[in-house]
Amino acid sequence: MKLKTALLASALTAVAFAAQAQEVTVMSWGGAYTKSQVEAYHKPFTAETGIKVVSIDADNPGTPIKAQVEAGNVSVDVADVEYSDAVRLCDEGLLETIDLSMLPPAPDGTPASEDFIDGALTDCAVANIVWSTVVSYNANAFSGDKPTTIADFFDTAKFPGKRGLRKSAKATLEMALMGDGVPAGEVYALLETDAGVDRAFAALDKIKSDIVWWEAGAQPPQLLADGEVAMSTAYNGRIFNAAVAENQPLVVIWDGQMMDFDLFVVPKGAPNKENAMKFIAFATDTQRLADQASWISYGPARKSSGAMVGKYSDGKTEMAPHMPTAAANLSNALVNNFEFWVDKDAELNERFNAWLAK
Amino acid sequence: MTDASANGQLLTTADGKPLKRALAKAQAHAKRRAFFLVLPLLAFILITFVMPIGQMLHKSFYNEGFTVNEDIGSGVRTPIMTNLKTWFDANPLGTEPDEAAYAALAADLVVLKDLRAAGQAGTRINYEKSGSRSMFTKAARGAEKLKPPFKEAIIKLDKDWADPELWRVMRDATSAYTANFYLAAIDRTKDVNGNIVNVEEARQVYVKLFWRTLKLSIMITLMTFILAYPIAHLLATLPLRYSNLLMILVLLPFWTSLLVRTTSWMILLQSQGVVNDALVGMGLLGDENRLQMMYNQMGTMVAMTHILLPFMVLPLYSVMRPINPSYVRAARSLGATSWTAFRRIYFPQTAPGIGAGALLVFILAVGYYITPALVGGADGQLISNLIAFHMQKSLNWSLAAALAAILLGCVMVLYWLYDRLIGIDNLKLG
Amino acid sequence: MALPSYADPLEKAWHYAYLVICGLIFLFLIAPILVVIPLSFNAEPYFTFTDKMLAFDAEGYSTRWYDLLLTFGMLAPDAPRDTSWWADAWENAAWINAAKNSVIIGFFSTILATGLGTVAALGLSRPEMPARRVIMAILISPMIVPIIIVATGLFFFYSAISIQDWGIPYLGVVLAHATLGIPFVIITVTATLVGFDHSLTRAAASMGADPVTTFRRVQMPLILPGVISGALFAFVTSFDEVVVVLFVGGLDEQTIPRQMWNGIREQISPAILSVATILVLISIALLATVELLRRRSERLRGMSPS
Repeated sequence: MKLKTALLASALTAVAFAAQAQEVTVMSWGGAYTKSQVEAYHKPFTAETGIKVVSIDADNPGTPIKAQVEAGNVSVDVADVEYSDAVRLCDEGLLETIDLSMLPPAPDGTPASEDFIDGALTDCAVANIVWSTVVSYNANAFSGDKPTTIADFFDTAKFPGKRGLRKSAKATLEMALMGDGVPAGEVYALLETDAGVDRAFAALDKIKSDIVWWEAGAQPPQLLADGEVAMSTAYNGRIFNAAVAENQPLVVIWDGQMMDFDLFVVPKGAPNKENAMKFIAFATDTQRLADQASWISYGPARKSSGAMVGKYSDGKTEMAPHMPTAAANLSNALVNNFEFWVDKDAELNERFNAWLAK
Repeated sequence: MTDASANGQLLTTADGKPLKRALAKAQAHAKRRAFFLVLPLLAFILITFVMPIGQMLHKSFYNEGFTVNEDIGSGVRTPIMTNLKTWFDANPLGTEPDEAAYAALAADLVVLKDLRAAGQAGTRINYEKSGSRSMFTKAARGAEKLKPPFKEAIIKLDKDWADPELWRVMRDATSAYTANFYLAAIDRTKDVNGNIVNVEEARQVYVKLFWRTLKLSIMITLMTFILAYPIAHLLATLPLRYSNLLMILVLLPFWTSLLVRTTSWMILLQSQGVVNDALVGMGLLGDENRLQMMYNQMGTMVAMTHILLPFMVLPLYSVMRPINPSYVRAARSLGATSWTAFRRIYFPQTAPGIGAGALLVFILAVGYYITPALVGGADGQLISNLIAFHMQKSLNWSLAAALAAILLGCVMVLYWLYDRLIGIDNLKLG
Repeated sequence: MALPSYADPLEKAWHYAYLVICGLIFLFLIAPILVVIPLSFNAEPYFTFTDKMLAFDAEGYSTRWYDLLLTFGMLAPDAPRDTSWWADAWENAAWINAAKNSVIIGFFSTILATGLGTVAALGLSRPEMPARRVIMAILISPMIVPIIIVATGLFFFYSAISIQDWGIPYLGVVLAHATLGIPFVIITVTATLVGFDHSLTRAAASMGADPVTTFRRVQMPLILPGVISGALFAFVTSFDEVVVVLFVGGLDEQTIPRQMWNGIREQISPAILSVATILVLISIALLATVELLRRRSERLRGMSPS
């Protein structure tokens, strides 16, 4: 009987504890990127508030949270999504609006609304990083000349070998045009026309038989390191981590890079909405954003954090030249046109899939 | 039967009831008892299996995207596009949208804005007319500022609002019941007059994928047959104590996790993998000419052939085992060559096993998802992968459901055929 | 398979060629499964045999990937390996948690599938069973219907009834896996009931046994091997299933196949191969059990192998 009582008591305390235990579930992109967030945001957040952060990974969190909200089955509190997804989900009423006044000001007192880079704040989303899709290659794959431009990515005669590309229309079409010689500034104007889209697919046709498609951000560094592909598009931070932390012979080509924001959003019906807001306010303050940049080479979305970015967590690699926003890397850079993709995402992906199946 | 004269001859039970009736009663009782044993499971399967699939099929011809908005928090359901529906009801297909139509549209856009439902409604239209999603979100954003004449005002926002095709799509979408997703699933659409036409070539994908699924499944069935026949024959003709040992080699793959087997094939086939390494090591292949055997149809074919092979071996074996070897011997003694004896005597006797194995492998192959997803690359994908794509990525659930319904229909026909020809009772597992 | 004495040289040649072909096909069947075992002991993070491995140099082999299975996800993987280290591993290691989830889900879905399936098989094998063919077809159909369709249907169905709000962990996945395991139970149990002499039950009844006693003392011992192999099939089905888990499983319901799926898509480190090796060993054990049961069943029913 005694044992039974003791068991019951402990069970009750367990239940009570579970009820008290605060949680927030954050969905992000996995791999080195999630790790940087765990180190820079999650751990200090739990230390300060006692709220446990559950970290979940997805290939692209924008889609699973849309599915969750539409199916009425939401289990994610905070998701890290691309710009066009943030805008579209907000338009469709699938996101909670975020009270931007809760965001803390910069250390010098500049209000958050002025401290964030232009466009980094919307009704439903707060940006945390600037990242970039770049072309990268394995230095061991090419004995002679090394590729230097995005055009080289599409030139399998000069630089033979398999090519890795993200299995999605976004970024792929832009890069195809840039590889075909279109300057960054003219890409979207051209893609608005049918002829432009045709031209992009024609450029992809030339290397289609050599393409290995990837979906998760962690795949390209692995494909490159294993020698499964010679060159691949990739998120720049993943390549940085593979090259610096794991000493892989991977090199980034900044020519034709495509920049985008990643933003935190709260899906409508999130089970821990209050904690989600607390988490976002905490994670996007000046210090946290600067901290994250010491774990992966993505630029912070606050101006005040930029000055605080120093060395990688190994203590010797200077981060600044590895950032997509470094002046030397911007000579032929494209900023993702989110409005274009909000409108055209469904249409172009449909065409993209038909093209893939051909 | 019950007349008095017959009464004397009628057999009765001990307590005087007619035996026939008592027997019938006992049989009905036994029937009921047998049925009640099955009932719990039947109910379970109906709830956890048949109902969900039925509900999904419902989604393939029912989409509320353009008719009802459901608030996510409260679950309040508000009809949308009601004014437009009234106009469509009053005017038949082919009527040029007049000022009244645009006024109805403008009124509906205001509702969309208030409900934040423009994205939802636009998405529904966008399924059938690409590029229209943003027209709705843009128009709704400034909906209450629209002033008559509405026709002019709305067309000024985007000239595509005057597109008769858009109006045809909107007309169809104002009814939640639609067959258009089935049309889309076979690369068809309707033109402005409601005639069914092919979609433009750059967007055709589903029919192609159904054909590819069919083609690959047939090839895989053929491959498994070619590989299974000799070893099934060997197993059936060896003494049992040897064949039982060899049978383990067939059954072990059958019991091994699908993911393990797929992983193994990835290790073997990738360009830095075991097979390529061995070929390069033996000097058969230059280091720079490594074969691409994965992330294409070949990867899907090889891995699926391996995975489905036991499903072909087992039915063949169970048919071959009881075949009496003296038939072939008799044929030989009558002068047949060994080839003729095989072709005319042995092979025909194994036909039921071939049928059973081929149908089973084919049924399982057409619905495969995991293996093509992992080793198939872009051109080794099957129809299941496309269903998953629309479920998880594009979130066009009605189209996913329509594709699933077509696939399910094909599988059910084959299943029915299997039951007719072979009988489900004869399904054996090792 | 001995060659008849009247075989001519050509037939002899063909006979040996045939044996070689069979050998190659058996190799095709089994090699892919066995190849993961040595590779899982690779000291290097590659998936091919290194020179040291081929030379059987002990340095080429290591158990580091098995160790990674324990440490991956732990809070303090580098702490000394005392009781608290093991407690940490038990609580936090990703693969251990996946294994726990897989076993829990497998266990409950097996119980459900075996219980319902066995009772139904008893009914189905009675000669009086009405509409037997149709009902059998329905009950076997979860094995035939493409898994993606099942997963899709369940995704909508569970959302509609908001099963995650019922507060029963794993419920959705357990029900789904039970459904998928049921055909196997039905097939194996009805197989043991084929040729079952119903005069045995009638004899028991005529001697005064009630139906429950008859079942327990007469039928049960005969069908038990079939029930157990059916249960094992059901367990393996659940243990191996990933698509339904991906579609309807909660985010914290990580199972071994789901963890493998994520791992394979992102990076196939040899850690995946060590999991694969463990799974291969488990399947060998299960296969051996089922084989023994089958032989026992045949002996019991007097169908001993010739």
